Formats: sequence, C-alpha cells, structure tokens
Amino acid sequence: MSTAVYIFVMASVTYLIRMIPFTLFKKKIKSQFIRSFLKYIPYAVLSAMTIPAIFYSTGNFVTAAAGTIIAVVLAFFDLPLIVVALAASLGAFIAGLFL
Amino acid sequence: MNLSSDFSRGMTHGIPIALGYLSVSFGFGITAAASGLSVFEASAISATNLTSAGQAAGIDVIAAGGTILEMILLQLTINIRYSLMALSLSQKLDKRFTASHRLVASYGITDEIFAVCSAQKGMLSPAYMYGMILIAAAGWVMGTFLGASAGQLLPESVSSALGIVLYGMFLAIIVPPSRKNRNILCVVIAAAVLSLLFRYVLTAVSSGFAVIICAVSAAVLGALIFPVKDEAEQE
Repeated sequence: MSTAVYIFVMASVTYLIRMIPFTLFKKKIKSQFIRSFLKYIPYAVLSAMTIPAIFYSTGNFVTAAAGTIIAVVLAFFDLPLIVVALAASLGAFIAGLFL
Repeated sequence: MNLSSDFSRGMTHGIPIALGYLSVSFGFGITAAASGLSVFEASAISATNLTSAGQAAGIDVIAAGGTILEMILLQLTINIRYSLMALSLSQKLDKRFTASHRLVASYGITDEIFAVCSAQKGMLSPAYMYGMILIAAAGWVMGTFLGASAGQLLPESVSSALGIVLYGMFLAIIVPPSRKNRNILCVVIAAAVLSLLFRYVLTAVSSGFAVIICAVSAAVLGALIFPVKDEAEQE
C-alpha cells in the first residue's frame, strides 16, 4: 500500500471528525452515556498508547523508565505539558550517560 | 474589533502553543523517520493531520503495513474527542463564522487550540481562530520537518532520548486529571492493564486494533460504572 494512501485516509478521517460537528451540529448531546464515553475516551486512548509503549520509546528500558518516572512526578505536580515532555527526554538522556 | 487585530491577537495567543508543538513534533519527526518515512511524508502527515496521538498511532500502522480499515477505525477512536471539542466550540462562534469559515477552521481544532479558544470570554471570530491555527500549525510542521531531517544528524544518545517526548506529553495530559478524579484514574488504569495484556499475551492482535479495543472497552466501562452527572463536571 502506498504511503500517500495512508496519509490521505488519516487526514480525511481526522478532518471529518472535526468538521462534521463544527459545521452541522448546533445542539448539545443529551445522552448521558455518550457524554460520559466522550469524556473518558481521550484518557483511555492516551493511557493505552503510552503503556507499555513508553518503555520502548528510547530503545533502552532503563533510560525510558527514568524518563517515565520523571514525567509522572512532574505531571503529578501539574507542570505544563511542554516542561513534562522535555524533562522526560532530558531524564532519559542523563540516565543514558550512566549506562 | 476589526479583522487584522483579531488575527494578530489569535497569533499572539498561539505562540505558546506553537513553541510546545515545535518540540513535541520534533520528537514525532524523529519517530517517523525511524519507522521509515521520508522527511516529506512525515511533514505531510503533520500538515494534514495536526494531531499528536493520531499521527503517532498512524505511523505504526504504516510501518506495519496495516489495513485501511484499521487506519480508519484507529483514527476514529483516537480522534473522536475532537468531535466533542468541535461541538463545544460550535456554540461559541460569532455571526461572522459562515459555513465556509467553519469548513476551514475545523481543520485546526486540537486539544491546545480548543483549550485556549474555550477559555476566551465572548464569541470567537474566524480571524482570531485563523491567527492561532496558522502559527500553531507552522510550529507543528516545522518541528516535524526538523526532527525528520536533522534527527539523523543528532548523536544517537540525543535522538533516542527524544523518542520519549510525545509519551511524556501524553502523561502530562492523563496524570493531573487522574490525580483529581478517581473515576478517570480507574479508566486510565483499566486501559493500561488491557494494553499490557494485548502487548504480552494476546499478541496476535495488531497494535492499532489493540489500542481501539483497550480504549473503547475502558471508556465504555467508565461510562457505565461512573456516568458523568452533569455538564458542569465536563472539562
């Protein structure tokens, strides 16, 4: 399969997800089940994508674990996204120096 | 307020978003190049998708040679949250927002742009959203381009450490609400446990479908066991 086809499909689906409600819907969703599902789905997606993939993200379990611990601690204290993301990387880099 | 001042106000509000995107998409660029995509392909994905988690999952499907159905379902699952954001923002648009402006601006509804736009007092104009989207998208594409092209020039120790950037951002999104809301924490843990199960036990399921199954099951469980009581609780 050509990469261009994948990219076209990704982009189209992602655009339609944003465009349809933004353009067409004027009323609020009433179903409690759907509203609850929509509230939880982002966290469920990100959790499933992160665990356990994050531990393979640097090619070394120890450096990845170091970065993960730093990210969890900083995120726990509500630091901005970008600080948490870069600190995780810095932590993994520093851990790599000791290996 | 006139058009150009709305536009520049949007750009100003978009600068912090663009800086964040620049560094996160640098990590995406490296990951994309590492999974075999060209600099142009990686940049094209960022320019047309403008989303972190969906893109990260999408390049896995491309690298694994997954099916188109898998790609569609995966993008639907990961990005369905934008529907809710788009729905919420659609109630906040001023009367200059004609149908054609809505068609264009919907391209730029991301978590961060949604957060900044919904925090604005009053209605949103097309110029304001365009200013913000333009600078944020520029940062996102630029970072991807730099990561995919310069990633190979960086020492191995630096580029491998940057591979964790996107995941660090994901943790920064899920940890704070999990700390404050036990229901969200339960959903997060359920999704993580299922994900571990698919990674190490049910390995026949491809990674894209595994993410879909884990996320939908955990969110359905959450919606059944901990229904959200009223809209005031929505974030």
